[in-house]
Amino acid sequence: MTEDAYISIRNVDKYFGKFQAVDDVTIDIGQGEFFSLLGSSGCGKTTLLRMLAGFENPTHGEIYIDGQPMSDVPPHHRPVNMVFQNYAIFPHLNVRDNIAYGLRKHKLPKAKRYEMVDEMLDLIKLPDYGDRRANELSGGQRQRIALARALILRPKVLLLDEPLGALDKQLREQMQLELRQLQRTVGITFVFVTHDQEEALTLSDRIAVMSEGRVLQLDTPSGLYERPHSRQVASFIGTMNFFEASVKGVQGEKVDISVRGLGDIAARTTGQSLAEGEKVQVAVRPEKFVLTADQPGTPSSSVPGIVETSAYLGERSHFFIRLEGLDQTVAVSAQNSAGTQAFGDGSKPVWLSWTEDSLVLLPPE
Amino acid sequence: MSEQSIHTSVPAELAPPGKVGRLSRLMHRSERARGYGLIAPALTFMLCAILLPFAILVVMSFWTATGFDFDTSFSLENYKQALERPIYAALLERSLWMSGIATVAAVVLCYPMAYFVAFHVHRHKMFWIILMTLPFWTSYLLRVFAWKVVLGYEGVINSFLISVGLIEEPLEVLLYSQSAVIITLAHAWAAFAILPMYVSLEKIDRSLLEAATDLGDGPVMRFLRVTLPLSLPGVISASLLIFIPTTGDYITPALLGGPDGAMIGNLIQKMFGPINNWPMGATLSILLMLCISVICVLFILLTLFVRRRIS
Ligand SMILES: Nc1ncnc2c1ncn2[C@@H]1O[C@H](COP(=O)(O)OP(=O)(O)OP(=O)(O)O)[C@@H](O)[C@H]1O
Ligand SMILES: [Mg+2]
Repeated sequence: MTEDAYISIRNVDKYFGKFQAVDDVTIDIGQGEFFSLLGSSGCGKTTLLRMLAGFENPTHGEIYIDGQPMSDVPPHHRPVNMVFQNYAIFPHLNVRDNIAYGLRKHKLPKAKRYEMVDEMLDLIKLPDYGDRRANELSGGQRQRIALARALILRPKVLLLDEPLGALDKQLREQMQLELRQLQRTVGITFVFVTHDQEEALTLSDRIAVMSEGRVLQLDTPSGLYERPHSRQVASFIGTMNFFEASVKGVQGEKVDISVRGLGDIAARTTGQSLAEGEKVQVAVRPEKFVLTADQPGTPSSSVPGIVETSAYLGERSHFFIRLEGLDQTVAVSAQNSAGTQAFGDGSKPVWLSWTEDSLVLLPPE
Repeated sequence: MSEQSIHTSVPAELAPPGKVGRLSRLMHRSERARGYGLIAPALTFMLCAILLPFAILVVMSFWTATGFDFDTSFSLENYKQALERPIYAALLERSLWMSGIATVAAVVLCYPMAYFVAFHVHRHKMFWIILMTLPFWTSYLLRVFAWKVVLGYEGVINSFLISVGLIEEPLEVLLYSQSAVIITLAHAWAAFAILPMYVSLEKIDRSLLEAATDLGDGPVMRFLRVTLPLSLPGVISASLLIFIPTTGDYITPALLGGPDGAMIGNLIQKMFGPINNWPMGATLSILLMLCISVICVLFILLTLFVRRRIS
């Protein structure tokens, strides 16, 4: 366990009968961090979150919060609160009593309690909604009330299970911003579950990408985007071009590789040790390629190609380019300018170039 | 007048199909019209089968019995008598009291069963429900006689207690007493308690219970603050479903009650039977109905008040 980890998940397994929903997960989360669990549906995100909240027990392993092992602590005694995927607003209570629900334990006078609720209602920008019933609220309002109900208890950790899943794009983006601001002002550790990679990238300090119960990679948003460790992570986050390659020669960090479609080129390793003749994959983000009409001055890092299709997206354009010796087309994304319009018609060859550090070397599939 | 008739007759003559269209359009547009349409058959039946006998009962209660005949002139004599002679009030009070206890017993004993099936049975729920309502597949009369066998002078309980050596003489209070009636009523109507309470418990969203736990409530507080208030509709309907029919029941007290366990239903039955004082029987029925209505309204108000206080 690292010293400053506030939540520490150690080698946790979870079985439902014979089915393994969480497989040997180890994660440390620091105090005040905005931490996201990202993965496709059914990969065990909710299960992991429910184990943090105490609604499920790990089959193996242990969870520590603030240094305390949690296996014998029932959910109502844990220093965490959860915002449920479906909000779970109590239908028999009005908004005010919903938000005040958890304050019962604090033995405060009623006036003080309602004062705190009013502060919360201001914070979530629903000041006049105290007397409404749960069924008189929109999805976005429910979500904010579920948030307020948990936040009013000043938990040390807030667990959020796809809280923005039901909202439309505009409200969603607005709420993302508000969530992030809120998290900064109240300084609570957030553990946020989502299957939306864009949302995870925007909000998080760090992200754990999960698949089939395992953590594939745990990194900062830029780390995940720029230096994915595997093809699975790379293709899950954003778009990525993959090329088959083999190693020709190694000198320290520098390697010479022969890449199908791109030719014999130079690249750099990111920590992994490669041997001559080894098969690797080269991954390049679409926006890391540069398109030019004429051959650039660096012949060793450029190839000619034909634009097969293109898509105009206003600010940017996407081009799909056919290279010699390659079955699939290469996706390239470029900022639109006066020159880029001319690439679209595919009548003339274009030149594709890149820099050494835009290439990511991955193990073969 | 003539102008009006022209106005109304013209569209009807011109386009009878349009009229149908208008009706269906109305049905579509107005939810209330659709609602009335749906309850119309039931309503018609209710009007004939309930209101009509009720009206007869009301009218009859203002008559008086004279020997073997009825004096059909209007009179409040029956009501006066019913309020003045203590036997009526005492019987009425006892009936309400006994069925009240039977209702509470049935609801309190059945709630855990309904709770168990709703929350702790995950497979074959229907099987459990059927199992619980199995006793109700036999006739009401048979169940009452079964209790007679259990509670009787030489019945199951007495013979057991004697054979164990706890008592030497059979207990006589078991049968022909108020408790015999209460036990039998509570058991006989248990299905009417289980089903509505099961339905309302089953409907409760499990994540609400988890949310309550998450917000710091232990199992007891969670039950009082979430489960119970949300299942209250089921509890109320179960209580009413048992209390209303048992208050006027006369078979069980007649067979198991003895003199101490007689209820108002027995007297009403006698009024319409051997005593042959139908007007008095009608009066007592109406007074019983009034009492039940008042109690039910108070009960509903009370539960709503309690619910607000708990949460
Ligand atoms: N109580 C349970 N019993 C059996 N299997 C379960 C149970 N809860 C979850 N699972 C299984 O565990 C796996 C992970 O479920 P989980 O709810 O954690 O997924 P998730 O990552 O939250 O997915 P989503 O994005 O769809 O919410 C799923 O395959 C699911 O079927
Ligand atoms: Mg989930």
